Amino acid sequence: MNQRCAVIGVGQTHHKSKREDVSIAGLVREAAVAALEDAGLDFSDIDAVVVGKAPDMFEGIMMPELYLAGALGAVGKPMFRVHTAGSVGGSTAIVAAHLVANGIHKRVLTVAFEKQSDSDAMWALSVPQPFSAPLLAGAGGYFAPIIRSYINKSGAPNNVGMKVAVKDRLHALKNPYAHLHLPDIDLKMVEESVMLWDPLHYLESCPSSDGAAAMVLSSEDVAVAQEKTTGRPAAWIHGMAMRSEPTMFAGRNLMNPQAGRDCAKDVFAQAGITKPRQELDCAEVYVPFSWYEPMWLENLGFAEENEGWKLTDSGATSLDGGDIPWNCSGGVLSSNPIGASGMLRFLESALQVRNMAGDHQVPDAHKALGHAYGGGSQFFSMWVVGSDKPE
Amino acid sequence: MAAEETAQGPVTMLSTPIRLDYNFTAGVAQSKSLRGYAEGRFIGQRCPVCKKVYVPSRGSCPKDAVATTEEVVLPNTATVTTFCVVNVPFAGQSIEIPYITASILLDGADITFMGLIQGIAPEDVEMGLRVEAVWVPKEELGPTLASVKYFQPTGEPNREVSTFAEHL
Ligand SMILES: [Zn+2]
Repeated sequence: MNQRCAVIGVGQTHHKSKREDVSIAGLVREAAVAALEDAGLDFSDIDAVVVGKAPDMFEGIMMPELYLAGALGAVGKPMFRVHTAGSVGGSTAIVAAHLVANGIHKRVLTVAFEKQSDSDAMWALSVPQPFSAPLLAGAGGYFAPIIRSYINKSGAPNNVGMKVAVKDRLHALKNPYAHLHLPDIDLKMVEESVMLWDPLHYLESCPSSDGAAAMVLSSEDVAVAQEKTTGRPAAWIHGMAMRSEPTMFAGRNLMNPQAGRDCAKDVFAQAGITKPRQELDCAEVYVPFSWYEPMWLENLGFAEENEGWKLTDSGATSLDGGDIPWNCSGGVLSSNPIGASGMLRFLESALQVRNMAGDHQVPDAHKALGHAYGGGSQFFSMWVVGSDKPE
Repeated sequence: MAAEETAQGPVTMLSTPIRLDYNFTAGVAQSKSLRGYAEGRFIGQRCPVCKKVYVPSRGSCPKDAVATTEEVVLPNTATVTTFCVVNVPFAGQSIEIPYITASILLDGADITFMGLIQGIAPEDVEMGLRVEAVWVPKEELGPTLASVKYFQPTGEPNREVSTFAEHL
């Protein structure tokens, strides 16, 4: 990073299964206006806009960023679109941050969204391909066999996934923006839900949500000035990284992809972190299916190989007494506006280090990880944010 | 019209089905595998550098970025490396639920592809299950993986997971 970059404003919608009161343009504008208000700026202050969403096939609108330029105050300004499948919300934030860190712009608005009620993601992810057998059954059908491999390899008890499902939904009860609020959630409720993709129960899977997320990123001078104006602290970016790998190659480790390990190594090196479990206060990690918590605990270096499930099992990742709470917001398991889901992880990590997360705040959080992955686990994006300026 | 609109409330959503026809060119490498299906056999390619066998053939090795030219004919027998039982209904689904989709590792191949398992109860399927391809009748064979009707158990003992761990 050449210059310091900070998150000075964040905004998100109340994530729901159907937002019939707004169009896509109305949805993204809601998040953008909230982020600008938090930053103490308005659309005229913004130098450039960076937009991300998951495949255009979902809502069936090609290059929707073009039609959203008006709603996002981007007419006559530079506008970029980022696309890295489910990790896109994270990559979009990183592209926006690069524009600031490299001194190209001082105030960048970044927005990500999905309106799943206008679309059919399950269908869009299962479209028969030419010359192939029509077998793919959505994202769950892709990830469930990998989860089975992990359970077999790690020797984890079968109920660890269900524990993640309960833990993240308990966290969601403390987050008014979360889509799923299930006050009676417990292991029995998860176990009794339909087995959709054995070994994954319905309640071990993410919901389909409408929602948007937005952030205002700025240079150091703007951040310091706006902190004084608004009285709200900035979150400083200490490191950011993206990696990818082919979806298919002989010998690929599907449970613990190399791109994820490399990305984590890079982002932690930039942030000067050697022991993430000890040195971070919390993490917002893309966990769309319950078992991805223990798997990513290992991939990101919070636990040794085959030991990730032990952290989950012992309650280490719970906001209620855990030493390294994961997904205090309720995570992707509680809200999944796909394109926005990655940005929500980045946004929530910023909220934590600004000490503005409300009921799901980790007391005195200073450093947090935001993480997203996408596609067939071939795209990764991560950042580390802190309440203090980086060295 | 106006009265009807008032009675039913404002229109908030409309479905607009769309249709898209396109031509798909399979390319030299994939065409070899596709022609193999039309003959009821699996044809893959070996990477000249890492010696790994890719099926269907892709024309290049994603790891070594070199063209794969050596053709390899693979048998009908395979191992289920991992699997899931699909029990979710969705638009466009063509198979009755529940059904088992498995990662199929053909004997001699170094990459898995997804296949349908039949002829065994879902609760009896385990990682390492030995299976064989059942092709559609000869007159129905075509240049598509759909020429494989499904995979069914061979009756051989399961393979130890440790023997195919690198494919998980
Ligand atoms: Zn090779």
